[in-house]
Amino acid sequence: MRLVLAEDHALLRAGMTQLLESNGFTVLHAVADGDALAEVLRDPDADAAVVDVRLPPSQTDEGLRAAIAVRAQRPGFPVMVISQYVEHLYARELLASGEGGVGYLLKDRVSDVAEFVDGVRRVAAGGTVLDPEVVAAIMARRRERPLDRLTPREREVLALMAEGRSNAAIAGHLVVTEKAVAKHINGIFSKLDLPPADDDHRRVRAVLAWLHL
Amino acid sequence: MSEPSRLRLTGYAAAHLLLGVVALALAILTVVGGVLMVVWVGGLLLVVAVPATRLVADAHRRMAADVLGLDVPRPYRPVPRQPLAALVAVARDPMSWRDLGWLVWACTFGWVVALLCVLELLAVLTWPLWWVAVRPTMQLRSHVDLWFLASSRTEKLERRVQVLTETRAEAVDHAAGELRRLERDLHDGPQARLVALSMSLGLAEQALADPAGDPARARRLVTDARATTSAAIGELRAVVRGIHPPVLADRGLAGAVEALALDMAVPVHVEVDLPGRPPAPVESALYLGVAECLANVGKHAGAAAATIALHHVGGRLRVVVTDDGVGGADPDAGTGMLGIRRRLASFDGTMAVSSPPGGPTEIVLEVPCDLSWPRTTRSSAPG
Repeated sequence: MRLVLAEDHALLRAGMTQLLESNGFTVLHAVADGDALAEVLRDPDADAAVVDVRLPPSQTDEGLRAAIAVRAQRPGFPVMVISQYVEHLYARELLASGEGGVGYLLKDRVSDVAEFVDGVRRVAAGGTVLDPEVVAAIMARRRERPLDRLTPREREVLALMAEGRSNAAIAGHLVVTEKAVAKHINGIFSKLDLPPADDDHRRVRAVLAWLHL
Repeated sequence: MSEPSRLRLTGYAAAHLLLGVVALALAILTVVGGVLMVVWVGGLLLVVAVPATRLVADAHRRMAADVLGLDVPRPYRPVPRQPLAALVAVARDPMSWRDLGWLVWACTFGWVVALLCVLELLAVLTWPLWWVAVRPTMQLRSHVDLWFLASSRTEKLERRVQVLTETRAEAVDHAAGELRRLERDLHDGPQARLVALSMSLGLAEQALADPAGDPARARRLVTDARATTSAAIGELRAVVRGIHPPVLADRGLAGAVEALALDMAVPVHVEVDLPGRPPAPVESALYLGVAECLANVGKHAGAAAATIALHHVGGRLRVVVTDDGVGGADPDAGTGMLGIRRRLASFDGTMAVSSPPGGPTEIVLEVPCDLSWPRTTRSSAPG
């Protein structure tokens, strides 16, 4: 898989490139600022992007804006956004288009190499991977009306789905069987009135429904 | 402000005539009271005369302000409760002496000026004269009134210097306190974690260097080191948020307030009408103010919904936070609210709280400031 990487710190850029390449990705372009990022995102060979939120020249949220812009031009283009801090607001903006293929993680999650790499793969495959901190912030709000229909267990499963975990991982985390997880997920799909589609797509829809309310 | 009509001006003149008589009485009372102070009886007269004079002066100040279209604040210094201290404070307030001078003017020349205006209207033949002269005459009278009754430039500057001295001292104290807190947070948090981290790595190094060492132990130590690193990064993140929230740097006040609203448990509607961005320190103070207000809404108000409105009107940035909770918020009770007031005071800003028992609560934060970098107006749906 061919990636575009944007990260302004030279050390981190080199580290990330090494990390991704040693895990079977090809880093097509590794850039350090917003203008260069906008340029390389036009490369039709790129399959996905890993982008830091804060980039020069403005040192604000250049990376996030570039990610949103490229997804407006290339709908569903997978982007993994990483940052020193996460904002619920930014997660919402990234997913506002209603398409999957979005990841939003704290930078230090990179330290769990296997999970980070897995996250990038899930995003490239059209899934959503949200940082547990974002998920916790959304869970703290108690106004999700249609989600009141979900049982506490179903809500837990949905939160883990938002973090981009597989059924097996969810089962492991909640100490239940994979079959039970599948049952909960079906319950979530029917309670949220999600139209029938392939499973991956419905997972993304469920997470979006949860995020937008 | 619209100019008062000629009839209203004449009405004021009539009031001046009546109050001129009161002024005469008060002038006599004050002088007699002052003289009799040597045998203390005068004190009793002054207890009546001074507040009455201030009342009459207030009425004239308001009338003059209306005639001239000015905004005239009440210039008296605060009067302590203890009677002797109050007497000393009144005697030392230059405004008291100016009031006395004004009493003399109001019952003599000033009274004649007012009489002219009223007579011109009453004697039917002089109506043309009245039509032409009443406005300039009353403006003259009002100017002289305010010359006595409004604080002079020096007094205004003295007061300003006093306010600036107080707010500067508070700002310096606050900044020093923040630095101490920051030092403590870094010392107890990330710094301690980094020490632990280097210790874990040192032990791991030792375990790996020892040919008889236990590789499983080295591996455990490295795993520990990674966990410690994550904790240190988390703590640094918390410290950074406390200094200057990154979302405020990214998006300015409007975006940062939206982000705050989004993280609330209750729905918060955000309404933004800012053609540009205020200076960064003002943004920071207002952001922390809104954060505190919302924290209170979450903790105490028991509200079902809240609204935040940001507007820039007449050179002032105005943030209004309302909620439909139980009310009864006391701005003088918590350190949080006092903190907001102190922060805003550094920018000549104010905080007003209206929170009757039963609600709703409305908190208005206002800071005079200019906006820069014109940007498109943004508005958002409930967050």
